[in-house]
Amino acid sequence: MQYLLSGITTGSIYAIVAIGFNIIYNTTGIINFAQGEFLMLGGMISISLCSVMPLPLAIALAVAVTAAVGYCIELLFVRWIHNPTVLRMVVMTIGISILIREIALHVWDEKVRSLPYFTGNEVTSVSILGARISPQILWVLGTCALIVVLLNLFYGRTLLGKAMRACSANRMAASLCGINAGRMVTVSFMLSAAIGALAGCVISPMTQTQYDCGTSLAIKGFTAAIFGGLGSSSGAVIAGLLIGVIEAVSISVLPLAYKDAVTLTLLLLILVVRPSGLFGSREAGALKEF
Amino acid sequence: MALLEVNNLCRSFGGLRAVNNVSFRVNTGTIKAVIGPNGAGKTTLFNLIAGALKPDGGSILFNGRSIYGLPPFRVAAAGISRTFQNIKLFGNMTVAENIMVGRHTRSGSGFAASMLSLPRTRREEREIAERAAELARLFGIEDVLDAGAASLDFGRQRAVEFARALASEPQLLLLDEPAAGLNIYETNELAKRIVRIRDMGITILLIEHDMSLVMDISDEIAVLSYGEKIAEGPPCNVRNNPQVIAVYLGGDVAQD
Amino acid sequence: MKRFVAIGALAAAVIALHLLFAAAGAEYLLVQLTMAAYYALVVIGLCLLMGYAGQISLGHAAFFALGGYTAAVLSTNSFTQLMGAPALERLVHWGLVTAGTDAYGAAAHQVPVWLSLPLAVAAAAAVALVIGIPVLKLKGHYLAMATLGFGTILYRIFLGTRLFGEADGISSVRPCALLPGLTIGGDTALRTQNYYFAWALVLLAMVLSLNIVSSRAGRALRSIHGSEEAAAAMGVNTARYKLYVFILSAVFAAVGGFFMTHFNGGIGPAEAGIMKSVRYVAIVAVGGMANLWGSLLIGVLLNFLSLRGIFGSYDDAVFGALLVFIMALAPDGILRREFLHRIMRVRIRWPFSK
Ligand SMILES: Nc1ncnc2c1ncn2[C@@H]1O[C@H](COP(=O)(O)OP(=O)(O)OP(=O)(O)O)[C@@H](O)[C@H]1O
Ligand SMILES: [Mg+2]
Repeated sequence: MQYLLSGITTGSIYAIVAIGFNIIYNTTGIINFAQGEFLMLGGMISISLCSVMPLPLAIALAVAVTAAVGYCIELLFVRWIHNPTVLRMVVMTIGISILIREIALHVWDEKVRSLPYFTGNEVTSVSILGARISPQILWVLGTCALIVVLLNLFYGRTLLGKAMRACSANRMAASLCGINAGRMVTVSFMLSAAIGALAGCVISPMTQTQYDCGTSLAIKGFTAAIFGGLGSSSGAVIAGLLIGVIEAVSISVLPLAYKDAVTLTLLLLILVVRPSGLFGSREAGALKEF
Repeated sequence: MALLEVNNLCRSFGGLRAVNNVSFRVNTGTIKAVIGPNGAGKTTLFNLIAGALKPDGGSILFNGRSIYGLPPFRVAAAGISRTFQNIKLFGNMTVAENIMVGRHTRSGSGFAASMLSLPRTRREEREIAERAAELARLFGIEDVLDAGAASLDFGRQRAVEFARALASEPQLLLLDEPAAGLNIYETNELAKRIVRIRDMGITILLIEHDMSLVMDISDEIAVLSYGEKIAEGPPCNVRNNPQVIAVYLGGDVAQD
Repeated sequence: MKRFVAIGALAAAVIALHLLFAAAGAEYLLVQLTMAAYYALVVIGLCLLMGYAGQISLGHAAFFALGGYTAAVLSTNSFTQLMGAPALERLVHWGLVTAGTDAYGAAAHQVPVWLSLPLAVAAAAAVALVIGIPVLKLKGHYLAMATLGFGTILYRIFLGTRLFGEADGISSVRPCALLPGLTIGGDTALRTQNYYFAWALVLLAMVLSLNIVSSRAGRALRSIHGSEEAAAAMGVNTARYKLYVFILSAVFAAVGGFFMTHFNGGIGPAEAGIMKSVRYVAIVAVGGMANLWGSLLIGVLLNFLSLRGIFGSYDDAVFGALLVFIMALAPDGILRREFLHRIMRVRIRWPFSK
């Protein structure tokens, strides 16, 4: 039960990272290797800000700043490069992730920090179904669920969301219908950065934040994205939770040091055996529905 | 004698039967054309023969031996060479190098021999280069041998692809819409070239939309529509086949 | 012909640098140049794989570390502990292992280099084979992530395993006597011979690689980069060629790691880290991708500066920035490809110029 719970908690974060990958992948076909850095930035900025302002405000501001970073990345490195090769974008976003990380290192140093618990502290616990859990777990799960619900509403109900879906289905046709495809790319980068930052804030009290915590999150998130079928958000959620649980269980049988190796072996297996993911069918792969 | 014999070949994409029970043969030393409206399954048929797609069923015999389901490089080694409908050149290489890759199946230096640059390898390398230059002259592209393949105009890119396919001295050459995008002058040149290649003893299977070209040069024609072969025979017969006319003029005529 | 001129020029430059540093009384710089040469072996292999065959690998540091850890385990008391006394006695008896003590006086057996080097090469080749067969089927993002994943797995294993010294790595690796009068080790007295040995390896790797790229195999590799479908249609066994070049590059890297570890007297898990792998990719990218000379030049230059500590705490940032700006502004590298390619193309061209 304990494993399950901690697995679901980290898993929900992987799911958010995976959704972040999907948002950008759907509009641009780019896998943004700097996705994990958005979480780190969100955590770090909110930690710095919360010493001078109340927690909710600090988080809101951190999300806004990270979204602005996403905007800058799009503006500086994506917007004006036409028909880039995959290799070029992979290498470039890796470079961006290194740069963000190194800047964070010099701004915040390499100390491990964390936000205060949103309610109570490390030892507070609430009892649900007989298990005693930290309220922060509820915060994490609640926030992730909220993000998924809001995103679904956004894509399903709002004009902007529908326009973004149109873009990911067929960019050319969408622009012919008068949708500004370029703006959709901008929005997707900002959106992806913002939800990453929010996720980075809510896990900070539990897992702590360090300048280089993004890489491993990005790899796990990518595993979830592939596992769930690249581009599918419901797949990402299920896969994310699953990976979280697998990881939690693996800790109980293998040394902690091999935790990442387990997830990565899983990633390799998925890539080799079924790159279309758990739910993505090979033929529907082209049809990207959020 | 039939060089290529295709029997009951099938391939579906999801529910779409792109190639459905198609059978035909290509006789040695002839030009055979495959025609049909857009989406009839012609390119799919080529991909099945060349090994780029795996068939769902049927058989493919080349020189009496089955090449059904073989990977493309084995089909190439067996003596079948091809061009692509949307040109696929090696854009990162020069024209000369593109044609030289075409000699791959006709040369044998492996990875280790290449690495050590053995005398045998060097000799072979010279032969490959000479052969490529010869082919380039045949296609009138000897002046751009050192240009990047991606930098050429469309007509010349087609010529390079053609030369590359021919460099392997295939027994059977698959040409997928070689005249697409060419002007009348270039198309005439192409027709002459195809006939000359046939006369050199190379059998040709050709997909083409340009009817006058097809009728002029082919010895036999097969017509595909919605994945099925609806007619086959010499040009004069196919030209007057009511079903073929119906397919080309619109579906309703067939019922009349 | 000009290829030999270029190789000759490189050899001359190696000698000239030695004489220059000796004259300036700065022979200590040879140490970093030696290490840069070992890293250059990784770069040369990766250049073949990524630049010519178009297959990205974000895990190549793992092969370097694999070679290094093989060297380290087989010549320190890790090996003594791994094998246990009875097995060791038998191995010593057969002449496969020499007994000795390490710097701390503990028993440490050493596998002689004529056996340990082939073992390192075989280990790298075997891992490359096992990983390469499934992974090289992937393309684009998937290949990038899979190689990144593979590299990280090995990194985690080095980092988390007792035998490999966990976070501390393995130190007190003894010098290895390669030939009479040639010992690979970090001793000051050995500096010059190590420098020449490392660069002789680089020259050898360059000759082999240049031979490949200007021949049938090299064209096959580049045709895969250009269009895998067309390459296969021309008869190129694409899967096999990709695997060959992957294994070759892994072997180059492992050889570099092997000798680097003996030279440095140790190795740590950071050598297998993602940042190292990314660094090699950055070097090949800056060098102009399909450009062996460019990659070699940039690789030696950047690694030399980095090892000298020029970049200070901005070491990784420099490589990150390089990646971003090269990919954004000059995806073909900063060295004029045409210029350097002229050297390589000559052999292909000369039959026509007759
Ligand atoms: N890889 C594929 N996946 C799904 N459907 C495919 C695929 N390749 C072809 N098709 C479908 O199969 C049918 C036949 O396509 P094909 O390219 O063989 O036609 P064609 O006769 O060559 O047409 P054209 O004259 O336009 O080149 C088409 O409806 C096409 O959409
Ligand atoms: Mg077609």
